[in-house]
Amino acid sequence: MIEAKNLEKRFGKQLVFKDVNFKINDGEFISLVGHNGSGKTTLVKILMGLEKKSGGDILIDKKQTIGYVPQFRNIDLDYPLDIEQFVRLNLKWKLSPEKRRKDNELVNEILEKTHLTELKNRPLGLASGGEKQKAYLAQSLLNDPKVLILDESTASLDVEVKMQLMDLVQELNKRFKLTVIFITHDYELSKKYTKRALFFENKTIKPISINDVSEDMFELGGR
Amino acid sequence: MFGYEFMREAFIASTFIAITAGIVGVFVVSRNMSFLSHTLSEIGFAGASFGVLIGISPLAGMILFTMVSSVAVGSLSAESSRREASISTISSLFIGLGILFLSLSSQSSSYATNILFGSIVGISAKEVQQLMILAIVVIVIILVFYKSLAFDSFDHIGARAAGLKTRFLSVAFLITLALSVSIGSQIVGSMLVFVLLTLPGATARYLVHSVPKLIMVSVGLSLAGVWLGLYLAFVTNWPVTFFISSFEVIVYFMGLSYKNWKLNH
Ligand SMILES: Nc1ncnc2c1ncn2[C@@H]1O[C@H](COP(=O)(O)OP(=O)(O)O)[C@@H](O)[C@H]1O
Ligand SMILES: [Mg+2]
Repeated sequence: MIEAKNLEKRFGKQLVFKDVNFKINDGEFISLVGHNGSGKTTLVKILMGLEKKSGGDILIDKKQTIGYVPQFRNIDLDYPLDIEQFVRLNLKWKLSPEKRRKDNELVNEILEKTHLTELKNRPLGLASGGEKQKAYLAQSLLNDPKVLILDESTASLDVEVKMQLMDLVQELNKRFKLTVIFITHDYELSKKYTKRALFFENKTIKPISINDVSEDMFELGGR
Repeated sequence: MFGYEFMREAFIASTFIAITAGIVGVFVVSRNMSFLSHTLSEIGFAGASFGVLIGISPLAGMILFTMVSSVAVGSLSAESSRREASISTISSLFIGLGILFLSLSSQSSSYATNILFGSIVGISAKEVQQLMILAIVVIVIILVFYKSLAFDSFDHIGARAAGLKTRFLSVAFLITLALSVSIGSQIVGSMLVFVLLTLPGATARYLVHSVPKLIMVSVGLSLAGVWLGLYLAFVTNWPVTFFISSFEVIVYFMGLSYKNWKLNH
């Protein structure tokens, strides 16, 4: 379980959010929605320890490893590694042949899970947007996370490709009881795949039922 | 050609330099540090002439200057574009300083051209030994951090997301880069050391698609260039640097055409 208690975050004088209280249960598939700049990425970075909180607490079981698919990635056309090699970057260095064999099995299994087996030798730079997102997802699944965070992974994908990716994530969520935190500006996807949302508004974050979300909450927004 | 003592020394030294530069170059290119390695070589020139001026060896002066500046760069902001811009302005200052140091010292100007453009003659057995030790230090550092360094270099954002200590890796890598620049300058000279540190690594990207293969191809191209250059320089008496850089540039464009050809087939 993940629990925030009076969590607060500032960058210098700028308040991002305060008085934040919520719980996310194990195996839950939850949306994070709110305008650009409302602090969604910042919240997940605090959760992972990549950013410091300014006050309050956010608690997560130490044993729960987190897989994070970041919002931005710079993979250009000339990027040299193929999909399999890109995924393997997240492996640790192993000396024993036995452990290496296990690693290879794990990689194959994950490529299979993410429907990348046929594409594994394609240079990532030449892959489509959807294939890239799947590769990012596969890489983050390597250290067997209990929590998966997708930061706007479906942005800029075609409707059909989006659905494929989300079906895949839903399958992981159901089969492996993976907690999924899905940051999105996509109303339809949020409605279809999640039951609850954390809504970022007025410098705070509130848990709401998916029945209470409205389309304007998903606008990119300016402030 | 191996009948000559100095050719044997040059051959051994350049082999070690080519291997180091080939390995380090793969990371230089993928970390977008080609430009920085160029600047470091100019700083290295200033360091070498400083070494001459105060009477320590040029190599020691070079290591001193490049190390200090790499660690300074590493602790600067993470914004790589801004970082490179500010560094480029510093490099002209260092070229000027290098020339000043040389003119203040009593060494002849041929010494300056050696530092700048490299030279195969006049490497002593003792210097070769130093180069070998430094080359081995570089290779060991890279081996120790290989996995995390590869992750950080080929997917910086992913590495951060996975919780790697990327700032530390960056400084560790910059130290190996400083050492590579310093030892590479001994053969190809500080003006062109970045040829060996960037072109073979960049060419490899057009040919193969995994980190170990990138390293193998890059080392291979780097070795081929250095060996061929030494041989041709020996035969023609033209500067070795000319042959090395021509070879690496030609192979680079061949790699690029190969990639484009493959894309259209
Ligand atoms: N490292 C940082 N330093 C200063 N301000 C930041 C930093 N990261 C984010 N911010 C600011 O915090 C706010 C929230 O950003 P972010 O979490 O990226 O929003 P979102 O992901 O919801 O679009 C924005 O105003 C952004 O400019
Ligand atoms: Mg964001």
